[in-house]
Amino acid sequence: MDPGRDEGRHIVRMSPANGGRKTTKIVSLREAVAEFVRDGDSVALEGFTHLIPSAAGQEIVRQGRKGLTLIRMTPDLIYDAMIGMGCASKLIFSWGGNPGVGSLHRFRDAIENGCPHPLEIEEHSHAGMANRYVAGASNLPFAVLRGYVGTDLPKVTSTIKPITCPFTGEELMAVPALNPDVTIIHAQQADRRGNVALWGITGIQKEAALSAKKVIVTVEEVVQEFEARPFGIALPSVAVDAISVEPRGAFPSYADGYYERDNAFYEAWDPISRDRDKFRGWMERHVLGVDSFADHLRSINIEEAVR
Amino acid sequence: MTGTVQKDSYTTGEMMTVAASRELRDGAVCFVGIGLPSEAANLARATHAPDCFLVYESGTLGAKPDVLPLSIGDGVLAEHADSVVSVPEVFNYWLQAGRVDVGFLGAAQIDRFGNINTTVVGSYEGPKVRLPGAGGAPEIAASAKEVIVMLRHTPRAFVEELAFVTSVGYRHGGGSRRELGYSGGGPTVIITDLGVLRPDPETKEFVLTALHPGATVEEAREATGWDLKVAGEVDSTEPPSDEELRVLRDLRTRTERARGARA
Repeated sequence: MDPGRDEGRHIVRMSPANGGRKTTKIVSLREAVAEFVRDGDSVALEGFTHLIPSAAGQEIVRQGRKGLTLIRMTPDLIYDAMIGMGCASKLIFSWGGNPGVGSLHRFRDAIENGCPHPLEIEEHSHAGMANRYVAGASNLPFAVLRGYVGTDLPKVTSTIKPITCPFTGEELMAVPALNPDVTIIHAQQADRRGNVALWGITGIQKEAALSAKKVIVTVEEVVQEFEARPFGIALPSVAVDAISVEPRGAFPSYADGYYERDNAFYEAWDPISRDRDKFRGWMERHVLGVDSFADHLRSINIEEAVR
Repeated sequence: MTGTVQKDSYTTGEMMTVAASRELRDGAVCFVGIGLPSEAANLARATHAPDCFLVYESGTLGAKPDVLPLSIGDGVLAEHADSVVSVPEVFNYWLQAGRVDVGFLGAAQIDRFGNINTTVVGSYEGPKVRLPGAGGAPEIAASAKEVIVMLRHTPRAFVEELAFVTSVGYRHGGGSRRELGYSGGGPTVIITDLGVLRPDPETKEFVLTALHPGATVEEAREATGWDLKVAGEVDSTEPPSDEELRVLRDLRTRTERARGARA
């Protein structure tokens, strides 16, 4: 039984039953996004600073998705670009800045000036968002936490409500479960059977994946066997719907063991995103005008080399 | 004052970081915000508080970064950490459970009772400036046993009335924080580039209790958007020692070098 699943969303499984091909969920990112991400969906692309699924965000932009409810604790550059390109009608988040640099200008322009169109926001604290995913992954309607009381957040966010503990009478705050239509995460590795391994700072990815109706994972590489790693986690194949191999797919974020965070790009994003026309031109050249994330990386490296 | 360091030989920003770092006692479990708090906490760890246990909201417990992280989830935080846990775990099992002694926060705006705004300037519906928002701060302010706040002293930051209460200090003052039922005790000190403010034990209004070398009461008053109360006896902050400055500058140099090197 899988009551939370939308049976309409099936990628054609390449199993022995449908033609004898190898059992695998490994498909191109283009196919995975085309199959699972639809206009109007609620979509969570998670990765707490580390392992941000940048390649998937760009693929959604390239496929021109609209009306999405974007869910993410820290919108970061990935959602700044998606908001600026008009993919989102709503944003559910807890901290919207360019970490260590300053503002997310497309995010601010949408909220302050309604550009490219008005953006509905639903904002929480990190603890609130984290607990919402935990409730979602646990098939509970809401989560309870100590927080928010006395702040102005419950006045502006309808998904924060007081609740009385039935055992002690204590007043606490409740936040509803998050159950995204699709969660996309980036991991270091998958194996041939479709299991996924990630390590380093693993943030909220497990909860975001297990709370979703469908799960896409982009990975650095496919390996024969996983090595044991300190603080590593594995997502079993049964919790994953599609895997796409996207080397450097978290750029400009990082993948522990593969490449470091490109701090210079985070800084470069500030002037790129500050001006509407400059942003649009940059996106046309480096995202809409290329076929894949690998081409995107080549394209920005060429531009840099020419300078 | 030691007199070993000339006033001109350090900046007001360095003084602020050094003063904040001295507030952190050795062995404390400290939940650290990014930016200035992270710099001050790591200066403390490299000087008088080698055994302070740094917790970052990305889930790194006992982080020992050798360069300052640009983001809250930089790899350098996980590299030498005692443990790396999920985000729900760090907020629920560590912060909410009362395992954090000191929360170390920055702020965009603060009021006389140490309430903090990091959400919006202007109205929420039609903001003049949309700020990043809450992040981990509301629960740090709620559940850390005590909170150290550091920010630059300007009239735009020290305001009569906050546009938005993102994180609670002493609320309306007096005993009004206690009515909220939080386990944490609230902010115990605000460190600025001009001096140090501590709450009055009764009213919980923040009072200027110390000035950094060269700063005056007048300057502090002018930089405060409310009628700033001044303690009967205002202490003078000990200037940064040679050792504190050397360690802080080393940390900054290593950090700059690491950030400049493009992966």
